[in-house]
Amino acid sequence: MSETPDGPGTGGISRRSFLGLGAAGLGAALLMNRTGWAGETPENPDSPQSSVLVDLTRCIGCRACENACRVRQKRPPLPVSRVGYGPGEGRLSFTSWTFVDFREVQGAPASKTIFPVKRQCMHCVDAACVSACPVAALHKTPRGAVVYTASRCIGCRYCMIACPFKVPRYEWNEGLTPRVGKCDFCDDRVASGTNPACVMACPTGTLKFGTRTNMLREAQARMRVNPGRYVSIYGDKVVAGTSWIYLSDVPMEQLGFRVDLPEVALPSLTWASLTRVPVVVVTLGIVLAGVYRLHGRKASHD
Amino acid sequence: MIESAYLAIVLQVAVALAAAVMGVAACWLLAGRKVPQKVSIRLIWWVVLPILWAFGGIAFVTRFTGGLGAMTNLSDTFPWGIWIAFDMLCGVALAAGGFLTAGAVYIFGLKKFYPILRPAILTAYLGYLMVLGGLLMDLGRPYNIWHPMIYWQHRSVMFELGWCVSLYNMVLTVEFLPLLLEKFRWHRLLRIVHSVTIPAVIAGCILSTLHQSSLGALFLIVPEKMWPISYSPLLPLYFLISAVAVGLAMTIVESNLSAKAFQRSLETPIVLALARAIPLVIILLLTIRVIDMTVRGAWVYLLPRPFQTVTFLLEMALLLIPTFILLHPHWKRQPRTVFWAAASVVAAIIMNRLDVAWFAMLPSADNVYVPSWQEVAVTLSLVSLGVVLFGLAARYLPLFAHHAPNEPAAAAAELALDQSAAVSE
Repeated sequence: MSETPDGPGTGGISRRSFLGLGAAGLGAALLMNRTGWAGETPENPDSPQSSVLVDLTRCIGCRACENACRVRQKRPPLPVSRVGYGPGEGRLSFTSWTFVDFREVQGAPASKTIFPVKRQCMHCVDAACVSACPVAALHKTPRGAVVYTASRCIGCRYCMIACPFKVPRYEWNEGLTPRVGKCDFCDDRVASGTNPACVMACPTGTLKFGTRTNMLREAQARMRVNPGRYVSIYGDKVVAGTSWIYLSDVPMEQLGFRVDLPEVALPSLTWASLTRVPVVVVTLGIVLAGVYRLHGRKASHD
Repeated sequence: MIESAYLAIVLQVAVALAAAVMGVAACWLLAGRKVPQKVSIRLIWWVVLPILWAFGGIAFVTRFTGGLGAMTNLSDTFPWGIWIAFDMLCGVALAAGGFLTAGAVYIFGLKKFYPILRPAILTAYLGYLMVLGGLLMDLGRPYNIWHPMIYWQHRSVMFELGWCVSLYNMVLTVEFLPLLLEKFRWHRLLRIVHSVTIPAVIAGCILSTLHQSSLGALFLIVPEKMWPISYSPLLPLYFLISAVAVGLAMTIVESNLSAKAFQRSLETPIVLALARAIPLVIILLLTIRVIDMTVRGAWVYLLPRPFQTVTFLLEMALLLIPTFILLHPHWKRQPRTVFWAAASVVAAIIMNRLDVAWFAMLPSADNVYVPSWQEVAVTLSLVSLGVVLFGLAARYLPLFAHHAPNEPAAAAAELALDQSAAVSE
């Protein structure tokens, strides 16, 4: 059977020019590899990263933020309760983009054992979900919000795997057009110069909106001025920084925050592998074409 | 709402019946277009296959009427199940024999491997069929599967994976086409295909290297979610090396099974030659992994979680035992022992992929994921579909090299189904 293929191989060009091309390609590939991690620059003065400082010592757990979020999504508001609104959904879901998580803290002073903690997307400065999405259905707006475009989405749910805070939620019971649901940082409101709905609704000043640089400065100032009141800060360092920054009077791990997260941007971990792609392509291409010239062609002429 | 519920039930019944009929048709085709005359154990496939495919059909309808939530046990904190862990990760890994054999024959000119080339390429093609089938069920919006082609996002491993797998499927098509073209005597097209074979094979080797390792790179972004025994910055390297090992092993397993199923003699020298390479690859893999775990201080994580420890130790045992067997001067010459050693390597790598995407991700999830019967039915349907297609190719296409083109392949007609029995075990 004449299966022996007579492919063009590298016969069209001379060996010298072939090697020259290969060397140039390898050089280019190595140069690309050396550029290293080109993460999204967070503190661009032209488009500052929006940020919210959450001072948990001021939170009374009224769920006004949760209610405001529902109203903005045009969902039915929460019933009014004795202190604010509630009960809420008590968890993140495809529709519930924020909720107040009531955490019981062991060993806290007797006057306060239940600590309310507002949860929502942390809007990482260099977000794992954004880097994971193969079609940029999740992307950062110029204001630094991580938002979702359903029409691009293929539904691979790699964003949900990648997110260190398990924030993206899925429309599991939708057959044909399931979407990812997560806080969009009220990007439309912020773009038109207003604050996010939850920030506007907060009656105690727990939530403060501004640029990330200013909110970090504010947080550090509060800790410096009142070291007895503030015990820990979250969001300044984990995964190279989040836009939501938390201050608290108890250690963050007791409030359900993961303090063991790496301090590098998570996308840099996959980027380390992706930068090897050009090197692999060029090197393997040269080696395999070379081996074919030495062995494959000879064999096929047997 | 009631009408749509009725519609869903009607659709389920219709698709289940259609799938069952297809199952019977597949058995009939595999048996050489006749109904078996005497009762034998092989008849069980005439029952099992239609039932399995009917359940797969029901799951398929539920997926698109009720959503993933209606038929999987996936959840917000465990969004990837066995369709990713098994269908995708194992499907791609088990297909590695295709690019290894094609590279050996066409690029390295090792013509002695030619007899196993076509079965290896077909196995690879069917592996990717399983990947595609799994993805069409698993992706929330499968009709957007082509979106990575137009919406570029070069920082995403999934983007690179999408491109590499798509392009490699085109390569596999080029490598597989000669079987069809020879069968139907389209010689002009055959010449065109032959003229692009060498560039295609080179591209196939590059693309396979890239996406085999990228499957591991997918998980680099979850250092905080994956149990530290399994997580490593070297995951892409592990996936690549283990794909080479399992590619060789799967080729041996597949050669043995089709030799048995189609009553052909085993290409013993080829199988033994492939088997000689396996221990070297495994020793390389385990050496790197042991050094890596020691450097990262990961051994302490063997204690706290018994389940993850057991799966890890099982994987190691399934790798180490065949390594010793294949290094043993006597055993490595026994085709039967070599077959079982290779099967053990295949099992080890399946274990490894399940470990990475499933078991090692359990500690960080809010609930313990166990696949639903629908997920299992879809996976088994896809595996059995692959086996059936292999059997059909063996019967009707010039799959085995020493068959002259256009000659029906298998001598033993009814025995085609034996192979399905053997493979799915």
